[in-house]
Amino acid sequence: MTTHAPTPSRRAREARLSIVPTAAMFVAGVYFLLPVFWLVVSSTKSAADLSSTFGLWFSDNQLGHNLDRTFAYGDGVYLRWLANSALYSIVGAAAATLLSAMAGYALAKFTFRGRNATFSTILAGVLVPPTALAVPLFLMLAGAGLTNSIWSVLLPSMISPFGVYLARVYAAASVPDELLEAGRIDGAGDLRVFFTISLRLMAPALVTVFLFQFVAIWNNFLLPLIMLTSDRLYPVTLGLYTLNTQITRDPDLKTIVVTGSLLSIIPLILAFLALQRFWRTGLAAGSVKD
Amino acid sequence: MTAVTPVRLEPDRADTRRARLGRARRGRHASRAAWLLLAPFLAGFVLFYLIPIVVALVKSFTTVKRTSTYGAARDVFAGLGNYTAALTDSGFTGSLGRVLLFGVIQIPVMLGLALALALALDSAVVRLRRFFRLAFFLPYAVPGVIAAVMWGFFYAPNLSPINQLLEPLGLRPDLLSGNVILYSIANIVTWTFTGYNMLILYSSLQAIPPQLYEAARLDGASGWAIAWRIKVPIIAPSLVLTAVFSIIGTFQLFTEPQVMAGVSTSVSSTYTPSMAAYAQISAQNYGLGAAMSVIVTIVIGLLSLIFFRVTRNRAAL
Repeated sequence: MTTHAPTPSRRAREARLSIVPTAAMFVAGVYFLLPVFWLVVSSTKSAADLSSTFGLWFSDNQLGHNLDRTFAYGDGVYLRWLANSALYSIVGAAAATLLSAMAGYALAKFTFRGRNATFSTILAGVLVPPTALAVPLFLMLAGAGLTNSIWSVLLPSMISPFGVYLARVYAAASVPDELLEAGRIDGAGDLRVFFTISLRLMAPALVTVFLFQFVAIWNNFLLPLIMLTSDRLYPVTLGLYTLNTQITRDPDLKTIVVTGSLLSIIPLILAFLALQRFWRTGLAAGSVKD
Repeated sequence: MTAVTPVRLEPDRADTRRARLGRARRGRHASRAAWLLLAPFLAGFVLFYLIPIVVALVKSFTTVKRTSTYGAARDVFAGLGNYTAALTDSGFTGSLGRVLLFGVIQIPVMLGLALALALALDSAVVRLRRFFRLAFFLPYAVPGVIAAVMWGFFYAPNLSPINQLLEPLGLRPDLLSGNVILYSIANIVTWTFTGYNMLILYSSLQAIPPQLYEAARLDGASGWAIAWRIKVPIIAPSLVLTAVFSIIGTFQLFTEPQVMAGVSTSVSSTYTPSMAAYAQISAQNYGLGAAMSVIVTIVIGLLSLIFFRVTRNRAAL
């Protein structure tokens, strides 16, 4: 926090000055929150009311009815979609975090031949458009008979070059070199030092890596789109997308898409709220206190 | 109390033979540990990034030949055939131009907004900070597909509150129509990512030592001057980072237009380069799709490089 003790006159000047930024923030707040608010309102409306009543305020509350229809659709496939998203995101992000932590730590704390070249190659991986990777990945996994399975989504999700970048920053910031030295003098292997001590030191920052990878996997659209054909394996993003494309044929699906969308946002929002304390965005690791 | 025999540790810096051997041994052990730690990630990286890239590259130089209309399909070396086909395809080149236009407009707007909000948040009353930080970041927690679906509804003339509000004024904008749809999509992307970029910039602002402000205030600098002359130059590296990420994201634009294609007739299947590549791939023209993806990757790489060069001279910190 940029805390400093202003004199009374300075404080008064700051209070006056801050009306413009505060007003701007309110306007921005409305802009960012309005569509979500609209989504909440729309989830409570019947299909007919969606088009006939004012979009930004409630009318006849049909939320219970909409929820029933959403969960009942397709033999409860919606809940299946949510479960799939949870599986892919939690397992994928956890594995990605561990792998990234190990790799980032190695790149930050050790000097070895080929270190910079390796890191540069990993970073370059961020540049590659997913469309370039998707088809060869598909062909490779098809050859191994793994397409249309949870592995086709899980395995690629465990590799996060950006996570390695973040982990490297965190390792450099939170694990002192003296620790490794001390460990070596005491005869503890470097690996042991990592798993017993360093990992724990990096843990708060690694939550950010987990969170970002969780979001990335939850939001991932192209990978499941290409890999999965059975709708019982779809994550909720792909499921709702498929439903949305059928709306022109079946307008009744509108309320399901709207309600389903609202439900699908909630887990991510809850995750962010719950893990607020651990947000770091990597560039100011160790120096952000809030 | 036990008597401990002091052990004479030779300092590493001593150039004795034992110290040198010790350093070398530790160096080898360290390298091994490092590679062991790297191994799982690297294995996956090679498997899911490097090999597919190579496969994509190879495929981009092949095309499918059939012996007869329903005969067996063979991959045939086609040299640069796919590349020339892609670069002469008006749909594809049009898509490249489109995302370029998109980027030139949307990225400055979005980053400008993110910067303004980060500055505002940095100087705001502390009580409100947490609420606004969350409010601005919320859209990032909405999956891109869902956001596009949501905005699709929001834009639909018969459902949109915007239309409902403007109708009494006699205005009937169609936010999904040809001229406007690009800006409508830009709006979705801005809405989704401003908060994320703002958070990066805000974190960098928070890391600035307050003493700098004290000194500036003592010299009589106003709030605006401080923001413009001190804060912005210091977080310039973060701005460059967010800009590069945005460039990469813009050229890979896929999800939002793909969803919009389902609700608006103005979005063709080759609206963005990624969509064009995807369309070819869906039609099983793997070679052509791969060539398009390679072209996009090269463009992204070049733009990022150029951007880094340009800003390195400006942000000489």
